Amino acid sequence: MSLRPTTPGHLMTAADEAAVRRAISSTPKPDPAGPLAAALTFAWRGMRKVRHVPEQLLDVTITPVMFVLMFTYVFGGEVAGSTADYLDYLLPGILVLSVLFTTVYSGVALNTDLTKGVVDRFRSLPVWRPAPLLGSMLGDTVRYVLAGTVIVLVGLALGYRPPAGVGGVVAALGLVVIFAFGLSWVFTTLGLLLRSPNAVMNAGFMGIFPLTFLSNVFVDPETLPRPLEAFVNVNPISVLARASRGLMGGNADMTDIVIVLAVAAGLTAVFAPLTTRLYRRG
Amino acid sequence: MAGAFRGGFTGSVTDPPLAIEATGLVKSFGETRAVDGVDLAVRQGSVYGVLGPNGAGKTTTIRMLATLLRPDGGQARVLGYDVVAEADQVRRAVSLTGQLASVDEDLTGRENLVLLGRLLGLRRPAAKERAAELLEAFGIQAAGGRLVKTYSGGMRRRLDVAASIVVTPRLMFLDEPTTGLDPRSRNQVWGIIRALVAEGTTILLCTQYLEEADQLADGIAVIDHGKVIAEGTPGQLKASVGSGALRVRLLDPSQRPEAERLLERELGAVVREPDPAALSAPCADAGRGALAMAELARASVGIADFSLGQPSLDEVFLALTGHHAEAPAAGEPEPVPGTHRP
Repeated sequence: MSLRPTTPGHLMTAADEAAVRRAISSTPKPDPAGPLAAALTFAWRGMRKVRHVPEQLLDVTITPVMFVLMFTYVFGGEVAGSTADYLDYLLPGILVLSVLFTTVYSGVALNTDLTKGVVDRFRSLPVWRPAPLLGSMLGDTVRYVLAGTVIVLVGLALGYRPPAGVGGVVAALGLVVIFAFGLSWVFTTLGLLLRSPNAVMNAGFMGIFPLTFLSNVFVDPETLPRPLEAFVNVNPISVLARASRGLMGGNADMTDIVIVLAVAAGLTAVFAPLTTRLYRRG
Repeated sequence: MAGAFRGGFTGSVTDPPLAIEATGLVKSFGETRAVDGVDLAVRQGSVYGVLGPNGAGKTTTIRMLATLLRPDGGQARVLGYDVVAEADQVRRAVSLTGQLASVDEDLTGRENLVLLGRLLGLRRPAAKERAAELLEAFGIQAAGGRLVKTYSGGMRRRLDVAASIVVTPRLMFLDEPTTGLDPRSRNQVWGIIRALVAEGTTILLCTQYLEEADQLADGIAVIDHGKVIAEGTPGQLKASVGSGALRVRLLDPSQRPEAERLLERELGAVVREPDPAALSAPCADAGRGALAMAELARASVGIADFSLGQPSLDEVFLALTGHHAEAPAAGEPEPVPGTHRP
């Protein structure tokens, strides 16, 4: 008994080849997209990915949600007298934590593109060279807003009522997202320097984890040992958490907001050109 | 031997203008000179094969020509544009299909094509239409709505090539387009490449397989340790190497030294295959191959099987350089796009 092929057509048929030739010859010859259109197209790509790989967003959202639940109900009574009072203190801080955790993924995603060869494809296109980076950042901003919104919704479900209302929450979220935009350039730089997406993830969380814990996100620094208190007070994440608390509580300190914006601008000024240069070099 | 046919196929004044003209290209990574003075001359409308083992410098050469890497030395013009000073013009006219099938795994096949169409300047409806047309032509329309990470290697590669011709380039770089593919997918990719050539696209094809270069290329440069060690048409290359190789597998590996002695006497050089019972020898003439087999039989060397076929890359290297194609040390693969940092 002889073997017979179970799939027809070992070679491309003449019809296949004709179809390919038609597709090649019918090619359009447009001018490449301009800088803004290219960046927006890359942002579209980022948003499609949020839709196709929602796990990635879930990963970074579940931890903060667990923090809200555990810290509120385990430590809340002890730390602030009642779980409701602690939730008022904690929630704006967790909003910060949740969004900042998400920024690590900007670096992870860029490194994934790099190791999969997608960056090579983009860099060989006749489009404005920073467009892929800027577009991804714009797409990531949508991700940050989603991560923040989840936390606010969890808070509302647990009985958190922001004194400054919807306006305060939106302002706080906006400020956190602006800061996250600045911080994410640090992780994209890291994403272009390290060898694998996992390395970026590990290094990223090794940095962001202690920085968020050594801040006023969870407890009032006055209870801390003196040197630690000094560090916590200058930690930009503390300032951001305090500003968010202020915005959501209706008693924001303008200085905090200005500091947050300045740090975000500083990070962008240093790390955006660095990322762009590393990206160009390939 | 390499010099014997170098320059045999370029240089006539009536030739069409060159699509690629590189002289003395150099690129180092730390201590390693990955590309060490490469010259290339590729005619428009032709398929030019760059043949070499892993780590020979093929990918680095392509990356410099595609403006992804800046050369440390030498210069190159692609379609008349300097790859450093006029990189934008080069990028407008070329496309790159990398070793890794550089498509976005977290998007669908259709989205990948729409993304490139939009970036290359198509409006959304036109980009969608073009994506549909390409998916159909490349036989992946049924999988167009699936995420690319669910694709087989062959489908991924076809999508990759489709992504490179959303707007048909004048010149296409193909870096090992069939490495890791099964024979059927390989034949499909070859068919696509032939169709591209028939429509006038110039192609620079990097490959590890002599057969692939032979099937597709009009000219071949053999590259080793970052240098072009031989250049010519596939016919010239094969003539200098021997149009084929005689492969013999013995019943008893202990007879290999005896068989090696006899084959060397009859055919010249002999290559020991990794299989302890196997040998091969370059063999330009089937008749002489038959005589060599008769000698083995006369000496009572037991033969399990034998064949006469195209020389392997290793045999090409043996013939051209006198040494085997060196496999890179374990854990040191050919630099893959994007993963090596200068």
